[in-house]
Amino acid sequence: MHLHRTFAFVVLFFVSISVLGEEYVNVYSYRKPQLIQPLFEAFTDDTGIKVNSVFSRKGMLEKIISEGRNSPVDIILTVDIGRLTDLKNAGVTQSLVSSTVEQSIPHNFRDPEGHWFGLTSRARIIVSSKSRVGIGSVLRYEDLTSAKWKGKICTRSGKHPYMSALIASVVAASGETEAETWLSGVKANLARKPQGNDRAQVKAIYEGLCDLAVINHYYMAMMYADPEQKKWAEAVNVIFPNQGDRGAHMNVSGAAIAKYAPNKKNAVQLLEFLTRTEGQEIYASRNSEYPVTAGVPRSPLLISWGDFRQDNLSLTDIAGKRIQAIMIADRVGYNN
Amino acid sequence: MFHPSSNFSPWSVGTLILSLVLMVPILCVFYLALDSSGEIWRHLVSTSLPIYVTTTLALMLGVGVAVFSIGVGTAWLVTMCRFPGRKTFEWLLIFPLAFPAYVVAYAYTDLLEYAGPVQSSLRLLFGWTTPRDYWFPEIRSVTGAILMMSFVLYPYVYLMARTAFLEMSVNVIEVHRVLGGTTWQTFHRVVFPAARPAIAVGVSLALMETMNDFGTVDHFAVSTMTAGLIDVWLGMGSLAGGAQIAMLMLTFMIALLFVERISRSNQKLYQQPSSRFRELPYYDLHGVKGWAAFLGCLLPILAGFVIPLFVLARLALIYFERSWSPVFVNFVINSFSLSAFAASLVVILSLFLAYGRRIAESPILVFATKICRLGYAVPGAVLAIGIIVPMTFVDNSIDLWFRSHFGVSTGLLLSGSIFAVVFAYVVRFLVLGLGQIDSSLAKISPAMDMAARTLGNSPIRVLLRFHLPVLKGGVFVAAMLVFVDCMKELPATLLLRPFNFETLATQVYLFASDEMLGEAALGSLTIVGVGLIPVIFFSTMIRRSRMLK
Repeated sequence: MHLHRTFAFVVLFFVSISVLGEEYVNVYSYRKPQLIQPLFEAFTDDTGIKVNSVFSRKGMLEKIISEGRNSPVDIILTVDIGRLTDLKNAGVTQSLVSSTVEQSIPHNFRDPEGHWFGLTSRARIIVSSKSRVGIGSVLRYEDLTSAKWKGKICTRSGKHPYMSALIASVVAASGETEAETWLSGVKANLARKPQGNDRAQVKAIYEGLCDLAVINHYYMAMMYADPEQKKWAEAVNVIFPNQGDRGAHMNVSGAAIAKYAPNKKNAVQLLEFLTRTEGQEIYASRNSEYPVTAGVPRSPLLISWGDFRQDNLSLTDIAGKRIQAIMIADRVGYNN
Repeated sequence: MFHPSSNFSPWSVGTLILSLVLMVPILCVFYLALDSSGEIWRHLVSTSLPIYVTTTLALMLGVGVAVFSIGVGTAWLVTMCRFPGRKTFEWLLIFPLAFPAYVVAYAYTDLLEYAGPVQSSLRLLFGWTTPRDYWFPEIRSVTGAILMMSFVLYPYVYLMARTAFLEMSVNVIEVHRVLGGTTWQTFHRVVFPAARPAIAVGVSLALMETMNDFGTVDHFAVSTMTAGLIDVWLGMGSLAGGAQIAMLMLTFMIALLFVERISRSNQKLYQQPSSRFRELPYYDLHGVKGWAAFLGCLLPILAGFVIPLFVLARLALIYFERSWSPVFVNFVINSFSLSAFAASLVVILSLFLAYGRRIAESPILVFATKICRLGYAVPGAVLAIGIIVPMTFVDNSIDLWFRSHFGVSTGLLLSGSIFAVVFAYVVRFLVLGLGQIDSSLAKISPAMDMAARTLGNSPIRVLLRFHLPVLKGGVFVAAMLVFVDCMKELPATLLLRPFNFETLATQVYLFASDEMLGEAALGSLTIVGVGLIPVIFFSTMIRRSRMLK
């Protein structure tokens, strides 16, 4: 009896993916299923193509590299420009020429050689306490170093991709030395050791631990949607930085077609779906990210914030300065 | 040991091959570390490395002292003393093991942070209004991390120490007491030296988990070497640099184990197993002493189990609508069957390896099995790379061969299936089985083997007929530890699992990694609940294993 059961288990284990005679596309995702599942469902409804996905972050790139020619992955979904360029540089992506995709995505949001495509964009904004910070007293990322904010700023780890991309954009704008001075100025004003994610910083403002924080914009929408966290979001004003000069730092979430994609046709269909109005609307309404495709309506919250100037610095440039940015964070001891 | 030819027996060959296979991932990480990491080390040494190292050492020292005191103290109390509630404590003390450390960290943060109930009540009570009005200990700190990890890791020491105490020979203790030894002297001179190898195993397990933890230190913003490793690997895009840090961590651990081993090198203790079937002589604790013992056992259970349980239960109720769905049942089935399978496999392989090494006594085998144990000391995500690289290499080679000979592609046979996850669990948690079974086996005098073999029993028969009944306690502990740890394992499961395969741990991670504790609470509770099934089952068995049949 016991043996039978063990045997059944073993069989169950090894027959993990049943190969059915249906069309499917395999996705490796750095993005959480709760964010992208609705998109997959809409895609399957639309095309009848089933989406197999696995979500992981650490080691995904190494996994694809070692799987090589036999890798089952068709399309890779990720956030942060650094990861997108890592994929391309590691040689695990292939170039795609698709007029549908190219028409939808502005050229600064995709790889010139077609190895990756931005699907949504996100602004790294400053939020300030409604009760303790006057409107107009912080306008630029550079204002965060002002002595009057000593002990008043909260951010997440300086080595998180979102922070290192911001630091990289400062390096691109003002040079490495200047960026290091800037970051040590911010460090000197921190209310506490960098910790938690972006949401935790807004909460800290709500609690009075700090007055200013740097966050990705969509966290505001996530907090507004949560009954417990709504009050955190309501405690802060949103500031789009550097509107008088280079504009707010932008990053992307994106996709890349895998080099050895066994179901390339379906992968292209999925990519095209994600860039079409239908897919972009889901991104916009569910996750409150900025659609990359022109003409797709933003979510009501984003509409209420109005238009703003975006930093047009090439994303590839930002990615190229990422390691420099992390080294700067190490040198100023940002996380200590 | 018995005759020279035993070096070439199927046992030793099998043991050698098996340990070679199991050590491949570690060797792979070593190999990856050989690659150049450019200027990273010079940069690290002048910036963050000193902090990574000192933080890691502080954390390990703190956790080491705490788990030793709690683990050995409570094990001594429930095994050698009699006081109110002892029987219940005996198994309740294992419960915190079912909690992943990072979940406990989240729960305590929820409880103790500024907005949490503790500080809110204090503010209400004393009329404070802002964080600047009063001082409150910062939970997100090295001390906080030491506490969180000690709360959930002390059961390793408790279990190992308790098993060792239970396997203790009654005669030795009685003789010492008859000769006028006090309680402390009996512990210090007789019981502790005999239990020391097992306790050392327990403490080193806790320390290895401490060293490779990422979830807790990340949440608490504590810069340990593992945190640094992740920054170097993913932030700076240097896998080689990350692997080099992993090697540095391994060196630490090996040095620590070596020092421990050296300090007891001239001890060798064998006991006559026959006397084990008598009940241990115990100390009756009455009055204040009894209540002190009661409290001493209660506190770790409150801190490591009851309090986080309440925090999570409250959140799970609030967020139930948002977190429950019928597919949850599938996650439970996946987690349970995977963990049960891996636990059985680890126990079988551990028995095979431990016994194979015992009868062959070849230095190569001893060395190989030692390397195999190190999987536990490597951060899970790095070990997963150490598995995926060689495994896909094998897969791709097989595929190539089939393509060229038969024109058929076999694809990723091993790495594309759940086999990869099972293999990862075995590599990662082998030390839990091997450490336990080894230390139990070491207590059996080789005279037993000689006598049994002289009477014409085959090695396998000696293992199954003579040793296994004595080893039962150790086997149960091993199975339970591996099961619970598999339930909690995250980085390797995430990376190695096939498409559309979710376990409770991966499900919890989806939310916990975004600090959405509310949504993660139900899954965390379920991990604990399912993890407790074998804990309860086996702790009954462990106790019975001492009884005369």
